[in-house]
Amino acid sequence: MKKFYNRIAETALLPFLSVIMAFVISGLLIVFSDAAVLKVIGSPGKFIKVASSTFMNAYIALFQGAFFDPHLTQGHTLLQGFYPLSETIVTATPLILAGLSVSLAFQSGLFNIGAQGQFIFGAIGASYVGFHYTFSPVVHVTLALLAGIVLASLWGGFVGLLKARTGAHEVIVTIMMNYIAGFFILWILKTKSFLRPRRIDPLAPNIKPSAELPHLLGSTMRLHAGILIALLAAVFVWWLLNKTTIGFQFRAVGANASAAKTAGISVGVTTMLTMTIAGALAGLGGAVHVLGNQYALTSDIAGSFGFDAITVALLGRAKPRGTVMAALLFGALRTGGRTMEANTSTPLDIVLVIQALIVLFIASPALVRFIFRIKNLQSQGTLASKGWNG
Amino acid sequence: MKKMSVARKRTLRFLIILGALNLLALAKFGFGNHSTLSTTYGLVLGHEWIILHSVVVKSSTGSTFFALLGLLGCGLGFLFFKLNKTSLAGISIASISILFSFICWAATGKFIPLTGLLQGGLMLAVPLIFGSMSGLLCERSGVINIAIEGQLLAGAFASAVVASVTHKTMLGLIIAPIAGAAVSVLLATFAIKFGVDQVILGFVLNVLVYGLTDFLYKRLLIPYQSTWNQAPSFSQISIPILGKIPIIGPIFFDQTIIVYLMYAIVAAISYGLFRTKWGLRTRSVGEHPEAADSVGIDVNKLRFRNVVIAGLVAGLGGAYFTIGSVGSFGKEMTAGSGFIALAALIFGKWTPKGAILAALLFGFADNLQGTLSIIGVSVPSEFMLMVPYIATIIAVSGLIGRVRAPAADGVFYSRGESH
Amino acid sequence: MSLELRGVTKTFGSLVANDNINLKVDDGEIHAILGENGAGKSTLMNIVYGLVQPDSGEFLVDGNPVTIHQPADALAVGIGMVHQHFMLIPVFSVLENIILGHEQSTKIGSLESSAAREKILKLASEFGFHIDPDAIVENLSVGVQQRVEILKALMYDAKILILDEPTAVLTPQETDEFIEIMKKLRASGTAIIFISHKLREVKAVADKITVIRQGKVVAIADPKSTQEELASLMVGRPVNLTEKKTIHHDNAVVVKVSELNIADEVGRPLVSNINFEIHKGEILAIAGVQGNGQTELANAMVNLHKNVHGSILLDGQEIVGLSVNKSLHSGIAYVPESRELDGLIGKFSIAENLILDTHHEQPFAKGIFMSNKAVEEEAQKKVVEFDIRTQSIDAPVSSLSGGNKQKVVLARELSRPVRLVVACQPTRGLDVGAIEFVHKRILEEREAGRAVLLFSTELDEVMTLADRIAVMYKGEILSIVDASATREQIGLLMAGVKS
Repeated sequence: MKKFYNRIAETALLPFLSVIMAFVISGLLIVFSDAAVLKVIGSPGKFIKVASSTFMNAYIALFQGAFFDPHLTQGHTLLQGFYPLSETIVTATPLILAGLSVSLAFQSGLFNIGAQGQFIFGAIGASYVGFHYTFSPVVHVTLALLAGIVLASLWGGFVGLLKARTGAHEVIVTIMMNYIAGFFILWILKTKSFLRPRRIDPLAPNIKPSAELPHLLGSTMRLHAGILIALLAAVFVWWLLNKTTIGFQFRAVGANASAAKTAGISVGVTTMLTMTIAGALAGLGGAVHVLGNQYALTSDIAGSFGFDAITVALLGRAKPRGTVMAALLFGALRTGGRTMEANTSTPLDIVLVIQALIVLFIASPALVRFIFRIKNLQSQGTLASKGWNG
Repeated sequence: MKKMSVARKRTLRFLIILGALNLLALAKFGFGNHSTLSTTYGLVLGHEWIILHSVVVKSSTGSTFFALLGLLGCGLGFLFFKLNKTSLAGISIASISILFSFICWAATGKFIPLTGLLQGGLMLAVPLIFGSMSGLLCERSGVINIAIEGQLLAGAFASAVVASVTHKTMLGLIIAPIAGAAVSVLLATFAIKFGVDQVILGFVLNVLVYGLTDFLYKRLLIPYQSTWNQAPSFSQISIPILGKIPIIGPIFFDQTIIVYLMYAIVAAISYGLFRTKWGLRTRSVGEHPEAADSVGIDVNKLRFRNVVIAGLVAGLGGAYFTIGSVGSFGKEMTAGSGFIALAALIFGKWTPKGAILAALLFGFADNLQGTLSIIGVSVPSEFMLMVPYIATIIAVSGLIGRVRAPAADGVFYSRGESH
Repeated sequence: MSLELRGVTKTFGSLVANDNINLKVDDGEIHAILGENGAGKSTLMNIVYGLVQPDSGEFLVDGNPVTIHQPADALAVGIGMVHQHFMLIPVFSVLENIILGHEQSTKIGSLESSAAREKILKLASEFGFHIDPDAIVENLSVGVQQRVEILKALMYDAKILILDEPTAVLTPQETDEFIEIMKKLRASGTAIIFISHKLREVKAVADKITVIRQGKVVAIADPKSTQEELASLMVGRPVNLTEKKTIHHDNAVVVKVSELNIADEVGRPLVSNINFEIHKGEILAIAGVQGNGQTELANAMVNLHKNVHGSILLDGQEIVGLSVNKSLHSGIAYVPESRELDGLIGKFSIAENLILDTHHEQPFAKGIFMSNKAVEEEAQKKVVEFDIRTQSIDAPVSSLSGGNKQKVVLARELSRPVRLVVACQPTRGLDVGAIEFVHKRILEEREAGRAVLLFSTELDEVMTLADRIAVMYKGEILSIVDASATREQIGLLMAGVKS
């Protein structure tokens, strides 16, 4: 029993405490930036009352917006109350895929900041095949997904190639390539092939219905088959890393590239393969986002998915299961944040603060240990990138 | 003869590519331009002593001239290459020539305000220079700084808010570095005290600052704009005499106080890093912290201090976005400048001079893009905007020689760890 | 000036590195601290120099208690140290390295170094060092770098000088010169703490010898004791210092290296014109001071180095230009110089480390699918065969001792069909028991008819094991001599003197 408790403590305590601390700090921020609270800051009694209700209302709205909203069941089935949860999963789906991309690269010792750019290319590929060609439904979806995967894996693989051939650091290259991808999508949306007829704003035509990912719970819920693809991808990444020779090589190069090389593993090939697969995963995220949710390509299609993916991977400690959980959490924050903004006029952007704080605390177990005076708080291998010379 | 090494092969290949591009420029922009029209280059902004006339050059002649100059640069590069010396000068001439050959062609029959172009380039380069100096201070002492973006943004936000609330630009100018330093304190504490991975940490701090400023912007700055976000801004001060020199004057000496502070900071860092006790120690903890420790230097204290100074510098640079120009704060208004500053630092091989030149180049490319689209040149502006990023990728790919970071950059130091 | 340590204890986790150590070093004395690798000598010295904090213990300088929390404190009381791994900044000049930490500034804040420059030149000429203060350290030879380190300590009037394994990087002749330097220093009144595990040197120079074993002072020995006596004190049991060699005669050539050249990435030559052959059942040792191209040559043997030109024939087949994997599988076992950096993946389990090279082959994998069962079986087998002391094959390899780590490397590398064994510094940092194991294993490979290419900077090891000895100097093999060559002959070659 004690052993069981210890194991739970080891794996879950640090993330749990980090999340709690992040919520508390962000809550204080919400409270102390609220006009109503600031007005009564002079009288302690009123202050406590207003402050605590501001605090609670914000987080209650967040919860209702992310998981279950009883108001939505009125005149409908109970299921409709879970509409927010469906939204959460829809938001989390591309996050899972992009997060897996970053996680996989981490396992191989690469910090893939480029999920954003890869996501964009995945979306471009899927969108083009989706609106330009006509196929039967299943074939169309598959081809559109594949187009996204291929484009994005080339985009990601190029980083690996550059690193393998010239030693160019992937962090720098991917940061730069994100910008290039961002300008590229701005440009391509202005070209004749992508511009929607009779429109001048950067917006591609809608994909054909045959290329849409089917809804899972009927037309009232936006939950689509993308989540199944994302979960399959997570299983795939787990399998690849732990059960195959390729994954063995990824992990070996990630843990000690020099020793892997000495034992005959080609670091260059591994790096290229890692970045290609990472690109494919992020690109799949972009493709799924277009085919299941947005239907039309816009210049802002990637939103902040590519960057959120990094926080997702960091929170999930680059493990597939952790990544899925972290993506669901951040998906919930994003979705609930919209309701919070609408109902309590607390800006959605507080979610970014929560995200950053969670990851910051996760990354520094020494601090959490210090604050909570827990001596044997385990951090299971903190993630590390390599300095510029590494 | 022995086979060539990888790096030399790469340099040679790059020279050949540049040569080919210059030839292409010669053919397309020079001889291929059959228009008899000319490009007019404006050289005046206003208050100079001598009002220079605009220079008018037939566009195809201009392009031909620069393409030939570029080829000369390639030849020079090749000569140095053969002599086993660095071909950097030749490569620079060849690259910049292509750009100018292109400008002459692109602006056929149009007016280009050359002085304005350069002045605008400097203005866009100012935050990049501040940012890259922040990166330089951190990384030369062994702490990777990806959080430049966050430092700039924090400085921009704080200066706008304080200047707005107090109606005093000076107070805004004072608070900006403090805000940048606050980000630095987080960076230093987590990196130096808790040993958190510095690349990850810098990334997260950027997210945090984005989140905080976005949140407060929507929460306070938009709804209560008149109180929180209507900051006054500094006006230009023309330096007597210097400000009136043709071309140079308006570009460099008719600026706001922030730009003059930048000159001072740049000079202080360039001098300090290589000529003073502080500089020697800073470089030593960035290269070999154990060695520095063994002669009694407190490695982590020095690193901490330098990271905080770096935050002061970048925070001040952030003020340039608000009270240094438009006054009020806009959401995520630094728009990735911190990352371009990082790119400039790396492109400039972690030297003050290199970083400044790279920042100026990036600022110029950015402004050129704007100018060209205003005068209606039919080149997609998106591709011009990609220039700094592509240039950085080329730089880190070793095409212009090996780029080497300080040896202990990003390496956590704790005494006795190695035993 | 005298230094006394009382009851110094330091533990790292469960390991007691120093256990209640008492030590007294008198004025103008060369006090040797003798102990095998891992005995706790370096930890003790790092404590004295303030780099490591002891759990308990006190220091007395000239009988007065002092506290030393950091190197600055040690420097302040007159303790200087020349570290085993030089504390020099490669991209700095000699002058910059020496003034670092003691800089003088002008009124406007710029560095003022003319006085320091003069003092360096004066000290250098006093001790007969030829040193250019403006030379960049990374361009200097190891021997000169060491002199820079000594100057660094002398510049600031160190009265007690700690020398941590100073001769490890020197040729025998340089070692002799170094001993003279130590004597000069003693004559000038400097007390010296001389850390070493080399008996001959300790006997040659020490006034007093403190022997440390497993973190404890086990004896204060007289320099007149015999080498055997000192060795058994150091190891704790009688040691047979020479190992039996049986003469082998077999003429079949296994490896033929001809006209091998290696360059660095900008094309400067690192190793040039290497020619040698190794026969079946023969050990060819490559001796030489560290940094003369041995690492590059070793890496080139399995194509770990780029920019290699020339030929390496293994049983008549060219291997230059193959991938590392193909080179290994053509019949080469490769024991790299650094176990931690190049030999093993610390985070991986013992089982995983044992199949780093063959993880993609039957029975460990079918296609891309790996079989955990086969991996485990292999590990169980090897742990027994190589006597790897561990609680579990799933333990991370970083939890093992140095000797057991090296056993994992050997177990892996010798599990393939092998024709040539390339072993680089195979006993560096190991204790005597592990050294014996490694030597025995290398000799067994020789018995079994394999060719062995042994890289070692330890002359004793070379002379014990080798059938022939090649000496490398500045990237070239100066000469290949018979095992009967004398230390002096080899020493001269190591210094670049070709007779």
